[in-house]
Amino acid sequence: MSKDNQILEEFTSKEYEHGWSVDMEVDEAPPGLNEEIIKWISAKKEEPQWLLDWRLKAFKTWSEMTEPEWANVTYPKIDLQALRYYSAPKKSKKPKSLDEIDPELLQIYERLGISLNEQKKLQGIAVDAVLDSVSVGTTFKDTLSKLGIIFCSFSEAVKEHPDLVKQYLGSVVPMTDNYYAALNSAVFSDGSFCYIPAGVRCPMELSTYFRINAANTGQFERTLIVAEDSSYVSYLEGCTAPQRDENQLHAAVVEIYAAKNAEVKYSTVQNWFPGDKNGKGGIYNFVTKRGICAGDNSKISWTQVETGSAVTWKYPSCILKGDNSVGEFYSVAVTNNYQQADTGTKMIHIGKNTKSRIVSKGISAGKSQNSYRGQVQVMKRATNARNFSQCDSLLMGDKCGAHTFPYIDIQNSSAKVEHEATTSKIGEDQLFYCNQRGISTEDAVALIVNGYAKEVLNQLPMEFAVEAQKLLALTLEGSVG
Amino acid sequence: MKTIQINKATQQFLQVQPAHSSFSNLRKTGLEILEQEGLPHIKEEEYKFTSISRKIEQQIQDYRSASSVKLSADQVSEALFSDFEGDIIVFNNGRFEPSLSRVSDEGYTISTLSEAASALLGTIANPEADPFIALNNLFFEDGIFLKVPKGSLVQKPIFLLHFNQAQEGQAIHARVLIEVEDQAEVTLLENTISLDEAAYFSNTVTEVKVGSNAHAHYYRLQNENKQAIVTNNFVTDIHRSATFTTVATQLSGDMLRNNLSLNLLESGCEGNMYGLYLLNGKTHVDNHTNVDHTKPHADSNELYKGILADSSRGVFNGKIFVRQDAQKTNAFQQNNNILLSEDAIINTKPQLEIWADDVKCSHGCTTGQLDEEALFYLQARGIGKDQARGLLLYAFAGEVLDHIAYEPFKAYCIEMVQERLGTQF
Repeated sequence: MSKDNQILEEFTSKEYEHGWSVDMEVDEAPPGLNEEIIKWISAKKEEPQWLLDWRLKAFKTWSEMTEPEWANVTYPKIDLQALRYYSAPKKSKKPKSLDEIDPELLQIYERLGISLNEQKKLQGIAVDAVLDSVSVGTTFKDTLSKLGIIFCSFSEAVKEHPDLVKQYLGSVVPMTDNYYAALNSAVFSDGSFCYIPAGVRCPMELSTYFRINAANTGQFERTLIVAEDSSYVSYLEGCTAPQRDENQLHAAVVEIYAAKNAEVKYSTVQNWFPGDKNGKGGIYNFVTKRGICAGDNSKISWTQVETGSAVTWKYPSCILKGDNSVGEFYSVAVTNNYQQADTGTKMIHIGKNTKSRIVSKGISAGKSQNSYRGQVQVMKRATNARNFSQCDSLLMGDKCGAHTFPYIDIQNSSAKVEHEATTSKIGEDQLFYCNQRGISTEDAVALIVNGYAKEVLNQLPMEFAVEAQKLLALTLEGSVG
Repeated sequence: MKTIQINKATQQFLQVQPAHSSFSNLRKTGLEILEQEGLPHIKEEEYKFTSISRKIEQQIQDYRSASSVKLSADQVSEALFSDFEGDIIVFNNGRFEPSLSRVSDEGYTISTLSEAASALLGTIANPEADPFIALNNLFFEDGIFLKVPKGSLVQKPIFLLHFNQAQEGQAIHARVLIEVEDQAEVTLLENTISLDEAAYFSNTVTEVKVGSNAHAHYYRLQNENKQAIVTNNFVTDIHRSATFTTVATQLSGDMLRNNLSLNLLESGCEGNMYGLYLLNGKTHVDNHTNVDHTKPHADSNELYKGILADSSRGVFNGKIFVRQDAQKTNAFQQNNNILLSEDAIINTKPQLEIWADDVKCSHGCTTGQLDEEALFYLQARGIGKDQARGLLLYAFAGEVLDHIAYEPFKAYCIEMVQERLGTQF
């Protein structure tokens, strides 16, 4: 075996770091999907009637839809009737403070390196931790509430801020949007809710950490972020899951609403269990993420580092409705072994002088397939719209694939739209240059990949950038193509 | 999806024996596919932006090939351009017209498909790839087979000239098979003349085989009347170290759909495709190109440019497939568009699908307007605004036409483009 192959072999046999699971007592719904289950979930969460009606309406819509098949991914069909739609750690009473949280729960998050203990926190990030279906704790609530910022679990928001939830829920991603969004609308269990009042600049990074623990459970969470006039928030999302042989479904919905002059920055480091090296197990990550720049001069920026999941299917999008609004999408998607990713973005230009920028970097190794699928649409009234898209693919190994499907639809003559894409492997001359200067091939690859992804990593908040960089180095360590 | 109606006329047609027994199989598979799939509708990815089937269904009552119309030698010579020297192959509503053609047979042979009975027929264009190939397979009556034998160098270009005129709601199904054998070289030109302003539906299939070390050039002009509905399938197999270059210029029509496929079957070969669409009125042009790299060390280049005025619509979909075996591939694709009016629409989708790692592939796509500063520069030097615009547009378009290596045809195309842009100085 040549050294290259050996290194590649080592890399592909690398185990998933967060593959452990913890046995805990859980409160769960029986498997299956029907109106009764939805009523059961709703009752369990003590939801108001309007939300139950909304769920049932979504269920009805969903049952008339068929599963989409256009994506460039293949996977065995999921038996949605065999899944459990609700699983929560058992608790006797609602914890008032973090001290009352089940120590076992805290332990899970400690192991993930996320401290829910405020005293110990140095970084100053407010975290909402979601385990399986429910939120287990939110930190820094008091500090935030002084500024009028609401940051809490979705169920709490339904109880305490029903008007806000009612106003914005489904306003960006309607329940009829797609198959998985409709399913999520019907059965979503929890998630995070964030409201930034007008003129407030959120002083710290807000973060949600998702963890799937239970087996045979689908995770369906919903995140809703509302940024009022002239506000700013930076939001982080991270996720891991235990290593299991069967595939698990994660179908989330994220909605962002940005009013006049508001800015929302949403960063994701996605590290769900990707399946083992033979492609067994892993998470199906079918997520609908969309933001609307409703007000003039607003801005939404998506940054994602995708390293996990067996199958990823997600297109964080921006609807640029307000004049002069800006949409950004930065993505690094790494696939290895049998992972498949079909990811990209949609930029819908509606308002005047709207701008969007897409930078997508795909890295495929092993036997994986990595697709970029994007749409840039300039509507008739969107004068002076500007878009720049760049999607590059890096191939490592001769059994992987990189695909690009950009759709560019222009209906306005003043639009300036550029798209460029390249596909290549790491140049032998680049490696030689590094070798010549005493840098080993392995280090050189890391160096080049890091440089390749830098443009995206630079967009991440500092705390996250470190994690992402580590993740990238870990995933690609020694994978010389 | 809607299957085409197998009406009485079709049944009658199917009962008559084809011109050659080998056509029966093509007919059979064509019919099977159409019965299953029907003509493509806008729900289908490949025809998402082009509702051509609806237009066809409105026009066509009988899918059989229309009969020939009256055509004179004068009409043929009028269709030629100055300085043209070479042979002419005339099609009258898709049917070969030997009496009006000028065939010297210098370095090549020409015969009807039924006479030639080439085993190649129907093997290059796969009817499952596009329902309109199936439609042509089902309804073509005969066509031509052009063969350039091994080592032959055809000195003068061969001009394929189509004359189309609607005949009682019937369709036009031209079929051409070209075989360029090993080490041969040939230049082919194609133009379509609409005999009147009435709507017609023309559905052409051209199959080309370029043998090892052979070189073929194919230059095509589509300047049909404002009512014409056209589907064109052009499929080329390119063999070892061969090159194939095509330049397509589209100027007019109601709705044109071109499927151009290059199959790079062996190593060392090269495929080049260039296209220019200059649209006005309500013209809708859809170019779907497909390059399939199957073996190592092959190159492909693609440049398509469009200028869209009025309420015209342009659709571009360029696919590049690089198979796992096709290491050391270079594949480049570029699509640039200029929108001149508020109502013009462009839908473009440059698509790369790559399974090999040691490749250099890129695509680029832009949509915009003329550079204000370039316009200002010219105006500052005393060139009127309209003239300056024309000049810049002509420069934009010229990059495609520069790839036409046969000068008289290039001059002819330039003349047409300048006429359209109003820049004949």
